[in-house]
Amino acid sequence: MSTAETRTICKPGDYKSDIKPIWCPGCGDYHVLLSFTRAFAQLGLRPEDTVVVSGIGCSSRIPAYLSCYGFHGVHGRSLALATGLKVSRPDLTVVVASGDGDGYSIGGNHFIQACRRNIDMTYVVMDNRVYGMTKGQPSPTTEPDFDTALFPGGTGLSPFHPLVIALASGANFVARAFSGEPNETANILVEAIRHPGFSFVEVLSPCVTFRPDEREWKNLVHPAPVAATSDPAKAARRIMTDDGFNIGILYRGERRPYQIKAATKAIDIGELEKDFAL
Amino acid sequence: MSKAPSIPPIFSVADLLAIAYRIELDAVERYGVLADQMETHNNPELTRVFRDLSKAESIHAAEIREMAGDADLNGRASALHSVWRKGESPEEVDLGAAHYLMTPWHALQLCLAGEKRALAFFTSIAETAKDAKVKEMAAELVEEEAEHVNLVYRLLRKYPKPTDSWCQDGDPPAAQD
Repeated sequence: MSTAETRTICKPGDYKSDIKPIWCPGCGDYHVLLSFTRAFAQLGLRPEDTVVVSGIGCSSRIPAYLSCYGFHGVHGRSLALATGLKVSRPDLTVVVASGDGDGYSIGGNHFIQACRRNIDMTYVVMDNRVYGMTKGQPSPTTEPDFDTALFPGGTGLSPFHPLVIALASGANFVARAFSGEPNETANILVEAIRHPGFSFVEVLSPCVTFRPDEREWKNLVHPAPVAATSDPAKAARRIMTDDGFNIGILYRGERRPYQIKAATKAIDIGELEKDFAL
Repeated sequence: MSKAPSIPPIFSVADLLAIAYRIELDAVERYGVLADQMETHNNPELTRVFRDLSKAESIHAAEIREMAGDADLNGRASALHSVWRKGESPEEVDLGAAHYLMTPWHALQLCLAGEKRALAFFTSIAETAKDAKVKEMAAELVEEEAEHVNLVYRLLRKYPKPTDSWCQDGDPPAAQD
């Protein structure tokens, strides 16, 4: 949030739109919505200077429920959209919302490249380890033995490890949160938005409809036992050996964010059109 | 994770009221979210119950606001935030416990759990506060919360516990075959 002006005039409720969410009752994403509004209020973000960009999926509905600017984009391309936006308007605070299917499967390569570029924005993935909107197919983070009618006995595939991939790819801030603790999640979002460069926050957000077993997550999560490190190798080792329910900021990097070079001359749209003419 | 909310250091009656006010506002918001969910999912009975609970909490918030006079409750609560913000409000209503077929009994159970936690929170302050005025105000809040707990028990007489089949849906959300 290095370029955003901070103020304290907005209350959390001021960031909510008039549209009522249509998530299933009990869905973790309701909590995440609370966390967004509480974090924005803590930061004093001006709605007109804040943009939430998303892709497709249950979690990607979130821009509609917020009263700042939003862009509900195409599947897996939220980071591409957000990158273009931040590069052209570095003065804006850009937050990207996604889910484990949209972000790690359809948008998997964009995730890696966004970490590499280290542009100053915040990527929030609401991970419920299932494709909820399309009725319960396994996603890249689903456990190998998760039994469904589509994959009897489970997929047998090792789950994707998003936090480690983010670290290996160059993300400058890595954290894990739990939706059922909206204040703590809001605090993590505040830190993520403040941290320069690409911040990645994985929010464990239960899908109570297709993964009712995830209601138990509230009994499994626990605070990370050690403070965040700035050593990516140390952070990766910790994440690879934890139980997946460590909550908190796990890595604060010191990489310089991507610097956006100002255009040296005004671009003539007519000239651009000629370049694209067939 | 945050089963036992930490008790912030409360130095004055205004601090205590700021915390109490924030607790009530959190409950207003959460019951409002649940009412909206039930409205969207066509459960009018639960919509009414959660709207009523949200309204009741907003009345409590207004009462606390009035008791505090000119004190800047939001500012004080923000200042205290750094101490207990990691924990959720003691009266926290668990949005994750919602179910589209839940009954008023379930709603009141959620409410009862929150009120009991709030009662324990203010009781602990009343018992440990050093300042006599803080102690006195905390005792008053304990009385209030105890009355809320009793009220929920009275309401529960109207709504007996449903049978175990309450969540059986003749047309359940279908996983893809």
